[in-house]
Amino acid sequence: MTAPVIELDRVSRTYPGRVHALRRVSLRVDPGELVAVVGPSGSGKSTMLQLMGTLDHPTEGVVRLLGHDVAQLDDRRLAAVRARRIGFVFQQFLLTAHLTATQNVATGLLYHGASGSEQLRRAIEALERVGLGHRLGHRPAQLSGGEKQRVAIARALVARPAVVLADEPTGALDSASGAGVLDLLRELNDEGTTIVVITHDLGVAGRFPRRVELLDGEVRHDTALVRP
Amino acid sequence: MSARATTEPLPRPARVRFTQLVGVGLLGVAGRPGRAALSALGIAIGVAAVVAILGIGAAGQAELSARLDALGTNLLRVSAGQTFSGETSRLPREVVDMVARVPGVHRAGGTGSVRDTTVHRTDLTDPRATGSIEVLAARTNLPDVVGAGVRTGAWLNDATGQYPSVVLGSAAAEHLAVDVPGTQVWLGGRWFTVIGVLHPVELAPELDRSALIGWVVAESLLGFDGHPTTVYERSADDVVEQVAALLPGTVNPERPNEVKVSRPSDALAAKLAAQSTFATAYLGLGVVALVVGGIGVANTMVVSVVERRAEIGLRRALGAGKRQIRTQFLTEAVLLSGLGGVVGVLLGLGTAAAWAVNSGWPVTVPTTAVAAGVGASVLIGSVAGWFPAARAARLSPTEALAAA
Ligand SMILES: Nc1ncnc2c1ncn2[C@@H]1O[C@H](COP(=O)(O)OP(=O)(O)O)[C@@H](O)[C@H]1O
Ligand SMILES: [Mg+2]
Repeated sequence: MTAPVIELDRVSRTYPGRVHALRRVSLRVDPGELVAVVGPSGSGKSTMLQLMGTLDHPTEGVVRLLGHDVAQLDDRRLAAVRARRIGFVFQQFLLTAHLTATQNVATGLLYHGASGSEQLRRAIEALERVGLGHRLGHRPAQLSGGEKQRVAIARALVARPAVVLADEPTGALDSASGAGVLDLLRELNDEGTTIVVITHDLGVAGRFPRRVELLDGEVRHDTALVRP
Repeated sequence: MSARATTEPLPRPARVRFTQLVGVGLLGVAGRPGRAALSALGIAIGVAAVVAILGIGAAGQAELSARLDALGTNLLRVSAGQTFSGETSRLPREVVDMVARVPGVHRAGGTGSVRDTTVHRTDLTDPRATGSIEVLAARTNLPDVVGAGVRTGAWLNDATGQYPSVVLGSAAAEHLAVDVPGTQVWLGGRWFTVIGVLHPVELAPELDRSALIGWVVAESLLGFDGHPTTVYERSADDVVEQVAALLPGTVNPERPNEVKVSRPSDALAAKLAAQSTFATAYLGLGVVALVVGGIGVANTMVVSVVERRAEIGLRRALGAGKRQIRTQFLTEAVLLSGLGGVVGVLLGLGTAAAWAVNSGWPVTVPTTAVAAGVGASVLIGSVAGWFPAARAARLSPTEALAAA
């Protein structure tokens, strides 16, 4: 039996001013899963994703990554875990304007310790994998929204992480591009990548193998738990 | 739990090559060229000022010391001075030879003031009207001793010194509007023929405003008493001071304290010293400009850290540790400032070179100034970047990403 990629064990996150963003959330994500996280705005989705990605620490409870308690790791160690085991995709793409698509993707390997030429080689590979082999030298301003998000996904994938965490990756896209991005994530999952996606689109989420619904910082429904 | 048994070890922190982090900083600077130029400008101005001041100072000093070398610092000038009662005391007739015999003296020459004698362009002007040109009887070796050069014509020799011939100092020639030899001037009530005009004499400027005639002609035609009034001598460089100490007793054993001995090159040497203090004073201004430039860089970096919070958040998400974020921003600050430094050094060198060429000085590259300029800019960059870089590193990933 392999350890879950991510395990939240009665995790709470309280912000100053008694904002209970998450209340005793327990969740486990196993290797190879594709999980959609849904819920209204302010329900704690982003907070949960940041805890999963070790960008933040819980006020209570335990976050385990690949079986390791995140609280036991110092900043340097956590940074290394993010560099090699976790890929992030953000709603606003967060591409660097003056870098080409290849350079932007290569940034995903910068803190990995890879040499410059290896970074570029693997960046090109990742761009080809997301269908952007013809856009290698383009800068973000020369790309459509959907293409920008594909570059960001390539950057998240380039280090071959254990899990990709995407916070509303389609939130800034029109529905056609959004659908394309979600299709890409499904394809990547078919090839074995573990993915957790926050999405607004309940219709899209409905077609995902597993759905987790948050409301007021609590898990209201998890399709994995109702299965026998 | 059985899960523990199959838990794979987590990755260890990788060492990111320093050159790669510098590369990121470089791209960060190059990616915002307008801002980079603006914030580097202050440093560039400061460094340019420092390098230009030091460069101009160095060129001026090189020029002065070259001139000093050429003129020599071994010339001493001896004059009679004043008696206790205020009259000009007299030097002995043989004083030039006496000085020449002082141990260490290589050669000596002299001039004697021909009193109550004036020079004019024509005989129509009142002989008492101007006394601005002094008539001096000169020993024939005088130019050799004081380092005077003849601009046109010839210097006096034993033959011409017996006739009414005159050599004019540069200012005297200008005053009389004489520039060709052969011109006649009205000197002491008779016509003298100008046989030569001197260049300005740097170590004996009193000669520039004089009309120099032969010793013999001065005595026979103008009633000159034959007493030299000024003696010039050259000695070996290393005995100048000993010679200076011996001179008063030699030329006036009874009243050595009336004798005035001076070293004309001292004025130039003092100028050389003064110029370096002058440069030091201006250097202070350059340093102030540098500090202001440093504040500019610090300001840019603070703004940069605020504006680029999303980038910082992204980098933390991509696996950058606090230290790597700090290195990146520190690198950017040092690059910005260093860029300003390099531009400033080039500007400063250009200014100093232009100044030197314009003044007819040798063009010198002040290596210490160049090193100091670049070094100071790098130092300022790291100091200016320290606080903003530390702030960038301290930012938590979620705080940083909240700005996205
Ligand atoms: N840094 C923060 N400080 C204070 N409150 C926060 C902070 N981040 C999020 N919150 C609050 O926590 C709750 C959950 O936020 P979030 O996880 O962003 O929800 P979602 O992504 O589902 O919209 C919201 O009420 C939000 O206002
Ligand atoms: Mg959110």
